[in-house]
Formats: sequence, structure tokens, C-alpha cells
Amino acid sequence: MSVIIFTEHSNGEIRKSSREALSYGSALAGRMGVSAEAVLLGTVSQDPSSLGIHGVSVVHHCADETLNTADTRRYTSIMAEIATACGSTVVIFPHSMNGKAVAPRLSARLKAGYVSGATRLPDVEKGFVVRRNVFSGKAFMDVLVQTPVSIISVNPNSFGILEGEGIAEVRPYHTSVGAGRVVVRETKKVTGQVPLGEAELVVSGGRGLKGPEHWGLVEDLAGLIGAATACSRAVADAHWRPHHEHVGQTGLAIAPNLYFAIGISGAIQHLAGVNRSKVIVVVNKDPEAPFFKAADYGIVGDAFEVMPRVIDAVRKLRKG
Amino acid sequence: MKILVCISRTPDTTAKIAFGDNNTKFVTDGVQWIINPYDEWYALVRAIMLKERDASTTIHLITVGGADVEPIIRKALALGGDEAFRVDMEPMDSYQVAVQIAQIAREGQYDLILTGKETIDSNGSAVGAMVAELLDMDMVSLATALEFEGSSAIVTREIEGGEEVAEIPLPLVISCQKGMAEARIPNMRGIMAARTKPLKVVPPVEVAPLTGLVSYTLPPARSGVRLVPADQPEELVRLLHEEARII
Ligand SMILES: Cc1cc2nc3c(=O)[nH]c(=O)nc-3n(C[C@H](O)[C@H](O)[C@H](O)COP(=O)(O)OP(=O)(O)OC[C@H]3O[C@@H](n4cnc5c(N)ncnc54)[C@H](O)[C@@H]3O)c2cc1C
Repeated sequence: MSVIIFTEHSNGEIRKSSREALSYGSALAGRMGVSAEAVLLGTVSQDPSSLGIHGVSVVHHCADETLNTADTRRYTSIMAEIATACGSTVVIFPHSMNGKAVAPRLSARLKAGYVSGATRLPDVEKGFVVRRNVFSGKAFMDVLVQTPVSIISVNPNSFGILEGEGIAEVRPYHTSVGAGRVVVRETKKVTGQVPLGEAELVVSGGRGLKGPEHWGLVEDLAGLIGAATACSRAVADAHWRPHHEHVGQTGLAIAPNLYFAIGISGAIQHLAGVNRSKVIVVVNKDPEAPFFKAADYGIVGDAFEVMPRVIDAVRKLRKG
Repeated sequence: MKILVCISRTPDTTAKIAFGDNNTKFVTDGVQWIINPYDEWYALVRAIMLKERDASTTIHLITVGGADVEPIIRKALALGGDEAFRVDMEPMDSYQVAVQIAQIAREGQYDLILTGKETIDSNGSAVGAMVAELLDMDMVSLATALEFEGSSAIVTREIEGGEEVAEIPLPLVISCQKGMAEARIPNMRGIMAARTKPLKVVPPVEVAPLTGLVSYTLPPARSGVRLVPADQPEELVRLLHEEARII
């Protein structure tokens, strides 16, 4: 019996959302009194035994370079192989782009109940009950897994990363699953930026900023505090900002520790994607803007006057 | 090309979310229903665009639900489907839905199966990938662009902090999101034509769900906004640093 955790990497580095998934899986294994084991597909720059700091005792490592690009059908076959070989009763994924594609496939393969986007550890006292987000962040649903094996994808920023001292045993794994039919032609990555879905701090702009030429106000603050940048749908639709920055009901749903919204009205569809943020700050010149009802801190004022002073104050804070 | 588009019904984005029966039922009184925006704006409209480019393309729609979802599937037909299937059941989880869709897909031999990236009510992002697995097909999730070269699809998908372009032979399942197409409004001719397009009601395949609902909970309300005067933005920074301790 074991809990196995699908561990993703990007450019050889273990992803933050996977460190969260490892921490989650280890904590769950602790509750269940079984071992936590990582599955690492592809090659990474650090020694995989270091994943032990997140509580896993074993790393099943398939050090095959062709696994560095994602083929979700092939990943599924390998995960199924390892889960079966290890007699795993729980398989954990990060709720990342690839996690979202592999976890449900594995669920259909193993006929194992899948809980998508878990926000907390399962309750193992009364069966196996897992809380997840539904209605685009407007509610939670507790789901009972009715099969012997459970599959869970863990929402980014909802569990945190646990770090200890451990060193994991690395077990080389050789798979018989051959190459698939997916040929990756090109990967375009914005480097040096925090991916929005994983970011702890997010600064976001809306139509109130009047045009893309004013995004310095968003970027300067984001740069100073190490935040990712986001925008409203109206802004992405106007092509002021790239689509992947659009948050909300029809964009990315995020749950950072800080969501700093500048010139965004706070329409219900926008709130649906950000209302799980721990602290929400709103700068808007309209005191009636709906966003103030969902905010923790706010300034009713003109962003063009308020933000330069906010940025200056943060700069002083960083220096001091 | 033969395309199957999966259509789901969801509450309107402004619907009030409330629960009854000991928090086990979504209260539907007064709720306006819509086609799940991802299914409509991206999956279905993309299929319609492909048909506009190649008139031999046919678009088949599938939904899994009771008779009350029919207005939604009629609306989808008005936008541009050729025929629709409704598998007559109230599904309990994504797996049950996927099994029904896979069954129809097996019989129809489609080149392309399109879904939205997720539904805005259950947010599972699971059905498309499960269908692909049940049919042993490849799948691209969160696709933002789709083109063809010979018998292969060239699909762009979102990855963390960027995008990836891959070439994959058909048949293929694709979950669609923003970038794939632009929303359209059904016109009068489409609405009239939809009335007579075939809508086949199909009995479900027997299959047990893998998960069950225990209950719903609403998140705790925020305690209220703390407003800082506009002429003291420095005070906001101090609060975020000293009180909230997040910067
Ligand atoms: C089905 C559906 C799905 C949708 N999905 C999404 C989604 O996923 N995400 C999303 O964001 N939207 C979504 N929308 C759109 C949403 O309803 C709003 O239209 C959109 O969020 C508005 O963006 P905004 O706040 O940037 O612009 P606006 O609504 O135009 O608001 C601009 C705000 O800026 C303020 N402002 C103006 N000037 C200044 C200034 N100088 N200083 C400070 N403040 C200023 C104004 O007071 C106003 O509140 C969806 C809509 C529908 C119907």
C-alpha cells in the first residue's frame, strides 16, 4: 500500500505545484499509515533523492529524456504501470495543465474515482471524502470516492509546501511503454516570470487603466514584490494583454495569497476566478464598484494618482 | 471530417449559488440555464468554422442529461450542429458522462471530439480526457488553436507560462478554451432550422459512478473591506506589510 505522487518538472526544476502535491501526498500517507512515493518521469538537474524533504521515502525515477515533453497518454500508461506495481491506493497529481490531463485518464484506466482540484486533505475517518471547488470558486463540494483506489489533483496554493530533512531512496524505473504519436514542434515559454496559476502574489489590471501603455503601473508593482501579472477579460479581449493573463470564470481561476486589482470593476464573472485569494486589495475610483464588497483592503481613488505612490512606498520598504 | 462536440448545460454565470436538502442539492429556482461557455464559444464555434471551410464536414452534438436540457441542445443546433444526441440520464459524476459519450463516439467513428476546457459549475476538466482514455485516443487539453496538415492536427495548447505546438494524427480529443474561436449569436435562420434537425434520445449504458456527492458548502464571507484614504496610499502598503504580512 502506498500513496504515489506524480512529480512534474520544467527545465529540469521540480515545479512548485508538484512540491505542494508531494507535501499533500506525504501528509495523507502519514494519516493513512502507508508510505509516500514520488514518480518522476524524465531528467532533472538535481538529485531526485532531495525530494525526500517533502516527506516521500522513495522516488521512482524513469530517467528517459523522451519523457521531458508531455505525452499525456504515455504518462497515463506509465502511471498505471507504477500504481499497479506498487499496489497504490491513492495517486496524487498537481492540478496543473498536465495533471488535469493525466489524472482523469488514469481514473478511466484504473476505474478509480477522481477528485479534481482538491483544496484540503481527505477525511479518511468516514470513507474517503475530499473537498474540492465547484461553481467556479463560489462553493465547495465534498466528494466520496467509492472505489478502492482514489485519484486526486491538488489545487495550487491550497495546501502549502512542507519541508523537512529526509532523503528519499531513488529507484530507477524502466518502462516498456514506448513513444506515442504526439510530436512536439515548438514550446514558447515566457521565462523569468512566475506562472500565474502557481503565483503567491498577483497584481492585476482592468479597463480602468485605459490602455496597454499604462501597464507599467501593474508591472512595476509586480516586479518589486515578485508577483505574477493578470488582467480582466475585457483587457484580454481588447488585446491589451495576452490571453493567458485573463482570470475569471472563463479564464484562469487562481487562489494566490495576494490579489491586487487595479481599475477592475469586480464583475461576478471576474470574482469567480479570484475570490479564493487570501487577501484582496482593490484600487478603483468608483466607490460603488462591486469589487469593494469582495475586498479586504481598498482605496477609492484614481489609479494614476494612487499607484505611483504605492509603488514608491513599496520601493522604500524593499530598500529599508 | 466528422466532428462530435460535447455540450453541457450550466447555470448562467450570474446565477445565485444556494443549496437545499441539507446542502445536497443546488437550488435551481429562478436559475437561467446556458450552454457551458467553453463548449459553446470555443468547441462548437471552432467546429462550425471548420465546416465553413469544408462543406463536407458534419457536426454532431452530444449531451448527457434529462429532457430539461433540450432547450440548450436546440440552441447549440441553432448555432450550427447537424444533429444531436441526448443520452437520457442524470449523471452522478464525470466518469458516468464519459462512458456515455465514449459509447456514442464508438458507434459514430469521429475524426475529432471537442469539449470545453471545463464546465463552469462542476469545474472538473475531466470528461474529455476520460473519453480519450476509454476510446484509447490521444487528447490535447486546454487547446487555444487548431489547424490541420494532411491527416494530422496541429494543436496549440496552454502550458504553465507559455504554449506548446504539437502535431498529432487524427482521431483526436481536444478540450478547447479561449483563442480557439470567438463567441457567436444564433441567427433567425439557424433558430428556425434547429427545430427540424434530428435530436435523438438514446438510453444510457449501465455504469456505476466512481464518486458520490456528500454535501456542498458555501465559502465563509469576507469580513468587509478596510478602506484607506486616497491621499494616503503609503498607509495601504504599511497595512499589507505589517498587518496582512504579505509584502
Ligand atoms: C459569460 C461571461 C463570462 C465572463 N467571464 C469573465 C472572466 O472570466 N473574467 C473577467 O474578468 N470578466 C469576465 N466576463 C466579463 C465581466 O462581466 C466584465 O465585463 C469584465 O470583468 C470587466 O472588466 P473590467 O473590470 O476590466 O472593466 P470595466 O467593467 O469597464 O471596469 C473598469 C473599472 O475601472 C474603474 N476605473 C476607471 N478608471 C479608473 C481610474 N482612473 N482609476 C481607478 N479605477 C478606474 C471603473 O470604476 C470600473 O470599475 C464575463 C462575462 C460573461 C457574460
